[in-house]
Formats: sequence, C-alpha cells, structure tokens
Amino acid sequence: MASTPKIIVIGGGLAGLSAVMKIAEAGGKVDLFSIVPVKRSHSVCAQGGINAAKNLKGEGDTTWQHFDDTVYGGDFLGNQTPIKGMCEAAPAIIDLLDRMGVPFNRTPEGLLDFRRFGGTLYHRTAFAGATTGQQLLYALDEQVRRYESEGKVQKYEGWEFLSAVLDSKGVCRGICAMNLRTMELRTFAADAIILATGGNGAIFGKSTNSVVCTGSAQAAVYQQGVCYANGEFIQVHPTCIPGEDKLRLMSESARGEGGRVWVPKTAGDKREANSIPASERWYFLEEWYPKYGNLVPRDVATRAIHKVVYEHGLGIDGQPMVYLDLTHIDRATLDRKLEGILEIYEKFVGDDPREVPMKIFPGMHYTMGGLWVDADQMTNIPGIFAAGEAEYQYHGANRLGANSLLSCIYGGFVAGPKAMQYGKNLQAAEGDGGHTAELKRQEEINRRLLSSSGAENPFKIWRELGDVMTKNATVIRYNKNLQAADGQIQSLLERYRNINLSDKSMWANTSFAFTRQLLNMLHLARVIVQGAERRDESRGAHYKPDFPDRNDEKFLKTTKAFFATDTNGPRFEYEAVDTQFIPPRPRRYDAVK
Amino acid sequence: MAERTIKVEIKRQHDPDGNAVVEKFEIPYRPNMNVISVLMEIAARPVTVDGKETTPVTYESNCLEEICGSCSMLINGRARMACSALVDNLEQPLRLEPLSKFPVVRDLQVDRSVLFENLKRVQAWVPIDGSYDLGAGPRITPQVQEENYPLSNCISCCCCMEVCPQFNVATGFVGAATIAQVKLFNDHPTGKVLKEERLHAMMGDGGIQDCAYAQNCVVACPKELPLAQAISDVGRQVMLQAVKDIFTT
Repeated sequence: MASTPKIIVIGGGLAGLSAVMKIAEAGGKVDLFSIVPVKRSHSVCAQGGINAAKNLKGEGDTTWQHFDDTVYGGDFLGNQTPIKGMCEAAPAIIDLLDRMGVPFNRTPEGLLDFRRFGGTLYHRTAFAGATTGQQLLYALDEQVRRYESEGKVQKYEGWEFLSAVLDSKGVCRGICAMNLRTMELRTFAADAIILATGGNGAIFGKSTNSVVCTGSAQAAVYQQGVCYANGEFIQVHPTCIPGEDKLRLMSESARGEGGRVWVPKTAGDKREANSIPASERWYFLEEWYPKYGNLVPRDVATRAIHKVVYEHGLGIDGQPMVYLDLTHIDRATLDRKLEGILEIYEKFVGDDPREVPMKIFPGMHYTMGGLWVDADQMTNIPGIFAAGEAEYQYHGANRLGANSLLSCIYGGFVAGPKAMQYGKNLQAAEGDGGHTAELKRQEEINRRLLSSSGAENPFKIWRELGDVMTKNATVIRYNKNLQAADGQIQSLLERYRNINLSDKSMWANTSFAFTRQLLNMLHLARVIVQGAERRDESRGAHYKPDFPDRNDEKFLKTTKAFFATDTNGPRFEYEAVDTQFIPPRPRRYDAVK
Repeated sequence: MAERTIKVEIKRQHDPDGNAVVEKFEIPYRPNMNVISVLMEIAARPVTVDGKETTPVTYESNCLEEICGSCSMLINGRARMACSALVDNLEQPLRLEPLSKFPVVRDLQVDRSVLFENLKRVQAWVPIDGSYDLGAGPRITPQVQEENYPLSNCISCCCCMEVCPQFNVATGFVGAATIAQVKLFNDHPTGKVLKEERLHAMMGDGGIQDCAYAQNCVVACPKELPLAQAISDVGRQVMLQAVKDIFTT
C-alpha cells in the first residue's frame, strides 16, 4: 500500500546500522531508535575480526569451506540455507567495508591481510588491529550520518524501545518507546520494525557484554507473542579478564596470533609464570587437540579450561584462572597486530602482557539464541523483523569467532530490504492500529512501578539473578540445578512485585529504566533455563555431564519458546533443522574433521 | 578493626536548571575496583555517609572497556573515562563531577551531541557510490594503514574538548576530535574527494584558526591519538586551500 514504507529500526549497532543504510539507499523512510548514541553501541567491543573466504593466502579457501566450518562449529543446529547465504555474501561485504574506509590491516602488496581464528584451518579473518568491531561500527555510523545529514534518516538516540504496537489482527504497526531524559512515553507509527538490539549478557550479571545488552527488547516482544529460539545456547568465551564490574574479553585473536594456553603442572606452584620452565608447563589444549591446538572452538576451549581448573585442580595458585601466554612473540609484532587488546589488559589489570603471561578465565560472552526469524529475517508476528545477535539463525549451538560481525551486517542487509518489501505490500490498519491501547498499557506499567512502595532494591535482585544464571546455566548444566534455578527466578519475579524505586523523579531516571528492563530479563532467564533443562543432550555450548553425547534423533531441532499468558511463563515447541546441504557428522576437534 | 572503605564525593544536580550539591558516600573496599563499580555499589545501596537515603547516581556508561566513549567525567579534577579509572590508583576521597564544558543533563551525565553535529559539518565519511558489490577497495600500503589507524581510534569521549582552553559554547571551536577526523578522511584515497569542502568547513569562526596550540588535548586523550600532528597537518591543508581559493575565485 504505502509507496514509500516507513521502517523503524531499533538498535544502532552493526545490524541496525546495516539495515538503516540499505533502507535509506533504497529511498525508504527510516527512524533509528537507540538507548545510547549509536556510535557507542556494543559492536565496538568486538576485537578480533570478520570472516570471509577471500582466499588471499593461497590456501584454497572457499565460501563452501567457510559454510562447512560454520555449520560444523555450530554442531549442526543452524539452519543451513541462511548460513550458506551469509558465507557466500561475506567476500563482497568485506570489499564494501574496505571501500567505506575501514582501516583493515594490509599485506606488503597493499591487499587485505587475514589472520587465523578458532574452528578453522584457514586464514579467513580480516582485521583492523584489535579493534575491528569499533572500526566497522564507525564506518557504518559514518554512512548513516551521511544519510542523516541528507534528511533520509531520523535518529532517536536516548529513546528506549518498550514494546511493539500491534493492531486487532496481530500485525505490527509501530513501537512504543520511552524518552530516557524526559521519561515521556510515545508511540511511533511504522509499516515494519526491525529489532537489532543485541545479546542478553546482563541476565548473567557479569559478562563481556555492554551495559545495554539486557535482552529487554527481545523479552518484551516475546511476551507479546514473538517466538524466542534456542535460548539455552549461550557462548561462554574461554578467555576473559575477571573484573569487579564486568568480565573483559581477551580476544581469540590473541590465540590466532600464536597465544598459548597453559597451567603449571604442579598444583599450587607459587613461582612467577616466567620462571617456570617449559617442561613444567602443561599446554593442555595443544596436547588434547594436536590439529587445532589453541584454536579449538570456544565451547571446546572453555570446557577444557574448566576441567583443568576444577577436575585437575591446576588453576593458577589455586584460583580459577589459567595463563594465556604471548611473551614468546616479539613486541613489534604484538603491537602491530594486537595492540588494542593488550592495552585493555594493561589498563585494567596493570601487567604488561608482552612481558608477563595473562591470567584469564571463561565468561558469558554471546547469545546464540534469539528471536525466531524466517528467511526474510521476519519473526512470527507480521511486521516485526530482527537482525544481529538479537535473532537466532546463523550460529547454531556455538558461534565461531569472527562470524558475529559478519552475521550482524549480513542480517541487517537482508532485513532492511525485506522490511521495505513487506511494507510496500501492507494493507492500511483498521482504526488507529492499536496505538492508543498500547500507550495506555505502557503508561499503566509506569504508573504501577512509580507507586510501588516495597522494599526490594532492583540492583540487588539483578545481582542475585546473575549469580543464579552464572552458576547453573553456563559451562556445565545439570537438570536438578536448572529446575532449582527456575524456581529461584520465579521467586525473584515474586519479589519484583515488591520493588522499591529509590528514585521516582521523571527526569533522566536511569534506575527506573533499569527496573523496567529487569522484569524482562527475569522472563527471558526462564526461557534459558527451561530450554536447557529440556534439552537432554550435549551439543555445542550446551553441555550436560549426564547426557554427554549429541542426540540427533531427538534433539536435532530448534527450540521454540512462546510466552504463555495463562502460566506467565514459557511454552515450548520444537522444529526440524534444515540440513539439506551438509549431513550431520560427529564433531571432533581432536582429529581432522 | 574498622573495615577498609572507599570515600567518594559526588557532585549532583537533579536537572539542567537545578543547583549542584555534593553528596558524600563511604562504601566497602574491594581490590581492583574501578569508578564504575563504585557507582554500581552506590546504586545497590543509595545511602550517603550521613545515613540519608538518596537516589542512584545518573551517569552514562556502556562497554566499560574504554572503547565506547560513554563514561567520561571529571575524576579528582581530571577529564577521563570512569571505567579505566582504578580506585587503587586514585587519591581519596574520590571526587566525581560532570564534564564542565557541556550542558549537564543530570548528575554526571552531560550532553555531548555537539561532537556528532561537528562530524556532520566536516562530512566525516567516505562518500561511496553505493552499498552494492563494486569489487575490491583501493590498495593501501601497510605504512599508510598504520598512519591512519590511530586516528580512527577516536571514541568521541570529548575529553580533548573538555581540557581545551579554546573550547566553549561562545567560541564554537570544533575541537581536536573533529580536526583529527578531517585529517583521517582527507588522507583516504576515496574520502579525499570531499577534501576541499572539509577544509572550507574548517575555515572561519570555530574552525582550526581558533586552536591556540595549548596541546592539553594531546595529554588528555585516553586513546593517545596523534592530535598534535593532525592539527598541524590540517592547519597546513587549510592554509594551502586558502591560498588556492585566492587564485581560483
């Protein structure tokens, strides 16, 4: 109907900006909503690089090989058609980023340089120092700013998405959002919306994610009827720097450039790392996985570190930490290829990783699951699209390093044009399309929160949620503990009703916005633990000692969670996985695949 | 024995027109805390040292890895990122204040949108023909990449503008961050097609001529951008452009 559809994109990271760029370029009208100024989105945190089988190293790499590595790395849970599309589009995406001015590292001939990453034997990862995500985000931010200055994009920075506006037929007609300064609630009309709102690390308390990565937007539309898929698949990154406020990522590129993981062979060895001779160090990844060595996929490395620390009792000085060692590589090379990440370690820990091995431990890092989408990136609610980490479809049961930036950009490039196409064919809404009712519903939620006079501090509830989730739903999972965790989350939901807002003012009230997010986090946490409990197998990042093998017969299926209004909790369905190109085979990194 | 604590004084202002007051807090010490974890601790128990209940402090933050540029503030008088300010390295009481050159929104949050407007003014982008597949980008030597990459690390934190004696609302001076982006894009093989327009935008009031070479920006930049070099290079480019303009108009 609409000749020029109006699209709303929520989230200004790589996926959101990619979608905005495509819509603006195609002549659509687009509004971009973001909690933070888009240049400060979480995509900036990605460090190591972006995968594309450009085959510039004479290794015979192909997009098929990239496709196979991604499917195999994801333990065959990913639908193969969209993954194949992504891997085939990757080389042209790299070229585009290069044309936009991303300062990728170069070979002497002036071509793009590529490094190795986990889960592949090829040099397939293009990189810009150790700040690839930042550089990619800036390139897209600049293009979107250009469109903004031409009047083709309207930004709403400092607005938080609260819900979708649905009409009487259940079709999306816009969004309801809150201005984070004035706390004003407003609905905005659109022919289609794209959620590009990232991962949900905050549900685990401390993670490598940014503050805004709460999963709140996904959880909000889940409660409105959007299906959430594969929620139980959470990537725990093997190499993080433990911190008081968060876990800081130590990029996989550290291992890609030759970093070696080890522990002293003797438990409780008190010597400084550098004074321990090679013969008294245990390079357990290299011993267990001779072919891939330190570059096994993240789930494999994480479980290995976990095992060495908790089963062999060999954590450094009895602490849950192992060494990640770069000191055998010369300073100039390290500075050229890894400076950004080495600075992070230096700044936040105080040691120079060029001189002393780093101390690291696994931490929650990436949300493989997300909003269920079809081949057009549209969810089960007409007009609600999703892209980037907020959706589920490119990484299966475990994401390979340097595929996240790619999936964000590719997903945005699909979602933008598809949302335009959908908008062009959309019939006009009846009445006001549900705007008045949705605004009223959201105003009522705010009113209740502001008049609540309980005793529960939202930040304390959040800390407890994080502890429950980290303890029971990360590296190793037991059904008994998952059941208990769900019970604990339900009691947190109960306590939430008794919340105390210490700040009830209506100006830049960040704890009020956080309290709204918290309820959504609690609901999404139940999807994660219940999904994990139901999946009685081990696959990719999901590991149950009681069910140590992959069970394709029963669980080669996508988990689909729907919010059941009668129980106020999740209801589950399962869907067959598209495996038409590569038949599932056992996934083993201790031998050639 | 009394437990070890961290003493904090925070300048608070309820809204843009409100009066600023200082609130004092004392929170339990833990090793390796940064200023952000201090603020998180206060949010979980918003009570001043005198036992008065107050509100959680409003401040901007996101990545906590000094890469998103959100959490700049004055810490013990110095403009820096709160995430990378480690308590163990700071004198107590910690004094937290909002940046002083930008309008206060609330507490430690200020409005820094002027920088993003400046980036529009100088067209800080590479004007590509389109996002469709047009093949590989221009070849760039590793030397050029290594020269430009540091300029592309600017996190828009605005510390350089805060410490600049020339930067304030009255002068409208663009500040070092924007000048560095002019150099970055003027040096790019495709970006340089807009070089003249960028240089014209850098002339006149608020342009590069307002820089008094105090070089405070160089010291304040948390990402150690080569700002002095960028300012001097862009200054030269603007001068050459001005000469060229005389002969072409």
